[in-house]
Amino acid sequence: MNIFVFVKRVPDTESKIRIAPDGKKIIEEDLNFVLSPFDEYAVEEALQLRATHEGKVTVFSVGTEESLTILKKCLAMGANEAVLLKDDAIETYDGLRTAKIITQALKEKFSDYDLLLFGKQSVGADNAQVPSMVAELLGLPQVNVVTKLEINGANGVAHREIEGALEKASFSLPAVISAQKGLNEPRYETLKGIMMAKRKEIPAVTVQDLGLGEEDLSLNLILMKIESPPPRKAGTIVEGEASETTKKLVNFLREEAKVI
Amino acid sequence: MILVFMEVREGKIKKSSFEVLSEGWRRANELGTEVNAVLAGGNVEGLASSTFQYGASRAYVLEHNLLSKYSSSGFAQALFSLVQEIQPGIILLSATAMGKDLAPRLAAKLGVSMASDCTRTEVHDGTFSVVRPIFAGKALATFTFQSSPQIATLRPNVFPLNEPIEKQGEVIRKEVILTEEQIRARVEEILKEEGAELDVTEAEIVVSGGRGMKSPENFGLLKELTSIIPHSAIGASRAAVDSGWIDHQHQVGQTGKTVSPNVYMAFGISGAIQHMAGMASSKYIVAVNKDPEAPIFKVCDFGIVGDLFQVIPSLKEELKIFQRD
Ligand SMILES: Cc1cc2nc3c(=O)[nH]c(=O)nc-3n(C[C@H](O)[C@H](O)[C@H](O)COP(=O)(O)OP(=O)(O)OC[C@H]3O[C@@H](n4cnc5c(N)ncnc54)[C@H](O)[C@@H]3O)c2cc1C
Ligand SMILES: Nc1ncnc2c1ncn2[C@@H]1O[C@H](COP(=O)(O)O)[C@@H](O)[C@H]1O
Repeated sequence: MNIFVFVKRVPDTESKIRIAPDGKKIIEEDLNFVLSPFDEYAVEEALQLRATHEGKVTVFSVGTEESLTILKKCLAMGANEAVLLKDDAIETYDGLRTAKIITQALKEKFSDYDLLLFGKQSVGADNAQVPSMVAELLGLPQVNVVTKLEINGANGVAHREIEGALEKASFSLPAVISAQKGLNEPRYETLKGIMMAKRKEIPAVTVQDLGLGEEDLSLNLILMKIESPPPRKAGTIVEGEASETTKKLVNFLREEAKVI
Repeated sequence: MILVFMEVREGKIKKSSFEVLSEGWRRANELGTEVNAVLAGGNVEGLASSTFQYGASRAYVLEHNLLSKYSSSGFAQALFSLVQEIQPGIILLSATAMGKDLAPRLAAKLGVSMASDCTRTEVHDGTFSVVRPIFAGKALATFTFQSSPQIATLRPNVFPLNEPIEKQGEVIRKEVILTEEQIRARVEEILKEEGAELDVTEAEIVVSGGRGMKSPENFGLLKELTSIIPHSAIGASRAAVDSGWIDHQHQVGQTGKTVSPNVYMAFGISGAIQHMAGMASSKYIVAVNKDPEAPIFKVCDFGIVGDLFQVIPSLKEELKIFQRD
């Protein structure tokens, strides 16, 4: 089975986000960039599927050369190959742009796949768009927010999280799956893996190589400004006997929050 | 025209769809246009007229037996045909599991970009814009759209419901042409726990437990609270989920669910940045923690410094007294 996994480089979740003076981007210096957490589940699932079904795992990332570090991490976890889809644009928050680059790469250069694995959402853009868009542009079945995946020959079954329940969906390959926490426990890189990843060549394919021009990648979504959220005001803090503090809490719930 | 997708689950329109419709009505008035609703499913026509009281002028009904179960490809195809025909300028959906799945598929079919999980919409000089949290709410970004239709999903529980109005509208059935092959991933069944409670994303009050709960059994204390507080659900920090005390469906935060209830109550949760990411858009935050230095006290509206094992039983009694009166 030929499995492709799509991964994104994002600031780690601990990051304090500072906004550039122009109000159009975030300040990237001092940020620690990592593999987006949900993409780790996607990589792990690919490695587990390879263990039972044989085949090959290739990871792709759309981004600048700085994304090579997360591709190396995926190789160190055990992926067979990595490809950088080189795009020098700064974060646009426009999912369609990324989806078009991925789709074009798959159509033009990497058409030999059985399964496309994504994270359910990239940390930062928090879009949850790219997997559905790629599925649509390629005309493939998609199951998003997946917590369990089984592949049998040319067919699969996945559990998808919805409000208060799970949908059990069946589909045929090739298909698009996006990973949710609960799917698996991502492994750590091994020392041997890290050494092998160091030596491995990671080819880069530029958006120009893919024949994508300005008009293909022009943005539909225009970022006007980025601001800090209004700070929350610190409220009332009480201390003392539980019988007293909870009376005050119930009073707060009734008088201020008006929920009971 | 603004078109609002009304999500039907278990024979009912979701409350969050009415929130979106209410917001659509407000913006349509500013833009000098109308708001219309669309319902899709196996048998949804009977629900259509309930959209008029929230401002819809028309309710489009897309019925087909292949739509009786949700599928992103089937629903996107049915909506696509309608959108091609009626050409709305703006399409809004609720950012529920279904909305998040459907909107990007529909957007890609129409060849346009979209904005996810917005918490505000605005009209300035006739231009529609949206505000959405990025970096899990650590920043807010404002976007406008270059292309048409402009598509956005709106976060549940954030937009106020309008008071129902007296309004007449028109129900319009549209023929849906769909084949079995167009349903690419088929939902075989919906697996629901016996006696499943309300989902954290849909609750008006979320009662959450963290590492301070100390054991899976103690989550029973939170369950006792949710059983006496209407429209409430149990949430959890990742520390509690990773300890195996409660299922990850309950996890709130950056790698869990984003919630914006009326009241979020955190018991034994320190307030790590990744946890706050999932609950900072709550209207009121209540914290109970024995450590007066816990970061959660910096953001809460009401805090109790104390031992949760004393606070919860006492709170239960107080609520019961209150309810009896
Ligand atoms: C990539 C990544 C993603 C993450 N995603 C999430 C996420 O989605 N959600 C999330 O929650 N976390 C997430 N985390 C983890 C996060 O960093 C914290 O570790 C976690 O939120 C801590 O949970 P906690 O507050 O329950 O535990 P702790 O930080 O250990 O806090 C426990 C609190 O309980 C209090 N306490 C103890 N006993 C009592 C008592 N008897 N009475 C009252 N108070 C008591 C303590 O004073 C303390 O403040 C993520 C981390 C990473 C790296
Ligand atoms: N720049 C990118 N390169 C590769 N994959 C991406 C990129 N952006 C998003 N993805 C994939 O799409 C998923 C959802 O991202 P998003 O739609 O941005 O929330 C991510 O978890 C990745 O699997």
